[in-house]
Amino acid sequence: MDREPILEVRHLSKTFGTNPVLKDINFEINQQDVISIIGPSGSGKSTLLRCINLLETPTAGSILYRGRDITELGKDVYSYRAKVGMVFQSFNLFDNLTVMENCTLGQTRVLHRDREEAEEYALQILSRVGMAPYCNARPRQLSGGQKQRVAIARAMALDPEVILFDEPTSALDPELVGEVLDVMRDLAGQGMTMAVVTHEMTFARQVSNRVVFMDDGIIMEEGSPEEVFTDPQNERTREFLGRYLGR
Amino acid sequence: MSKFSQLLQDVLRLCSKYYPIYLSGMKNTLLLALIGTVLGCVIGFVCGVLNTIPFDPRDPFRKRALVKCVRGVIRAYVELFRGTPMVLQAVFIYYALPYFTDGAARFSSVWAASILVVSVNTGAYMTESVRGGIISVDPGQVEGAMAIGLTHVQAMMYVILPQAVRSILPQIGNNFIINLKDTSVMFMISFTDFFAAHRGVVGATYLYFPSAVIEMIGYLTMTLISSFLLRRMEQRLEGSSSFELVVADPLTLTSGVYRNPGSDELFRERSRDYTGKD
Ligand SMILES: Nc1ncnc2c1ncn2[C@@H]1O[C@H](COP(=O)(O)OP(=O)(O)OP(=O)(O)O)[C@@H](O)[C@H]1O
Ligand SMILES: [Mg+2]
Repeated sequence: MDREPILEVRHLSKTFGTNPVLKDINFEINQQDVISIIGPSGSGKSTLLRCINLLETPTAGSILYRGRDITELGKDVYSYRAKVGMVFQSFNLFDNLTVMENCTLGQTRVLHRDREEAEEYALQILSRVGMAPYCNARPRQLSGGQKQRVAIARAMALDPEVILFDEPTSALDPELVGEVLDVMRDLAGQGMTMAVVTHEMTFARQVSNRVVFMDDGIIMEEGSPEEVFTDPQNERTREFLGRYLGR
Repeated sequence: MSKFSQLLQDVLRLCSKYYPIYLSGMKNTLLLALIGTVLGCVIGFVCGVLNTIPFDPRDPFRKRALVKCVRGVIRAYVELFRGTPMVLQAVFIYYALPYFTDGAARFSSVWAASILVVSVNTGAYMTESVRGGIISVDPGQVEGAMAIGLTHVQAMMYVILPQAVRSILPQIGNNFIINLKDTSVMFMISFTDFFAAHRGVVGATYLYFPSAVIEMIGYLTMTLISSFLLRRMEQRLEGSSSFELVVADPLTLTSGVYRNPGSDELFRERSRDYTGKD
């Protein structure tokens, strides 16, 4: 593994009140990684992603972005967030803006691109996710799958170095899951660095190069999809996968 | 019956003789209420946004102290102006200056003093309304805005407030109507509003009741028309954002726009044809 690390998570812990949710997490995201993070509900997967994007402040430990501790970025936190895209389970598209505006807001306000350039680029990205024809629609007029594709486009429009996905397909009707996974597969194929919290084991297995299994705030197991899926070392991993894959 | 016809006569007499006084009073009342409400809204929005700046225990001490300090000041401001009668606030502001400077400085115009009092008062109420409006917006919207790197103020300006306005607008209307009526206390600092017109007229004619009837009708007319217009405005706002047709580029999409693309050939084609740009 000689690719450059983009993010290094070192001894990260997060405690809500007295409830330790992340305990001494260590892992890194390297260039072009597609990491699937799996694990039971409440194991801290979302919290991990939210700490990486500084939507939550870590209680202890550090997260290094290209060698720099992100909790000490000061004003650079805004451009950092643009570099680390986030796609939410509940889409979180801006309801008052059109699809196009959703994809240009960050470009013009955070990256200071001028409007024309931003719109042109947004259109290019929207067509990559198959949503260009809907650029004048409002989020509420879209299906869940369409919303999520726009959310992916919104993140991509900022030319992120890595995109974090938090269960991007969990809120979707089963027949809409495919279209979002297709987009993500495309992205992975084009070398986008991604960390994906998911319950889609097929996706984890086929698309990612690394699988991280979390339980109870700890990374229990980490390895290639083959290693984790066919020969899990940890008892908890085996149990969890057994439930998912029908033992 | 004869009492009523006498009342009608008195009212008509007052109207025909003193209508310029009544009308200019109404004009001043409307103007003061309007300016006070607009400025009050500006104050309310600024305070509401400042009030919702997030902070975290791990933020540097300076930032935390500053944020808490700002919240404390706003809290005190809101409580002070919500908790005292506007008439007293007017008296306080208007007479404090000459008192402290032994008459050397005073408000050069009653207008300035009245506008200050009404807007600061309205601002206190609007601060709470704006805060409520902001809180009522789905927290996911804030997270989406944070996640693309917007600052708190940018998130508020472009994402949160445009959505919060929907629930804030009725409060703005409410405040305007309250201001139409409550500016009547400004006669205390000799502001010549609609109610001051009444005091002027009865001072000369002693026709207390007929003039009060005119006042009643005048105030009701102003408030009813305002609430009608405000309702229309709210409906317009609702309507314009609740159905907006998806305009598709006819060259890229020939079939209906609302079809779910689960089976959408168009999408599959596009994602396959895409040949990598990076
Ligand atoms: N803001 C918060 N305040 C207090 N506790 C929280 C907060 N956010 C998360 N938690 C707790 O942290 C734990 C982990 O939550 P998290 O959302 O990270 O789990 P998850 O692995 O993403 O689960 P799921 O698969 O259900 O999404 C849960 O027990 C949750 O109750
Ligand atoms: Mg989660």
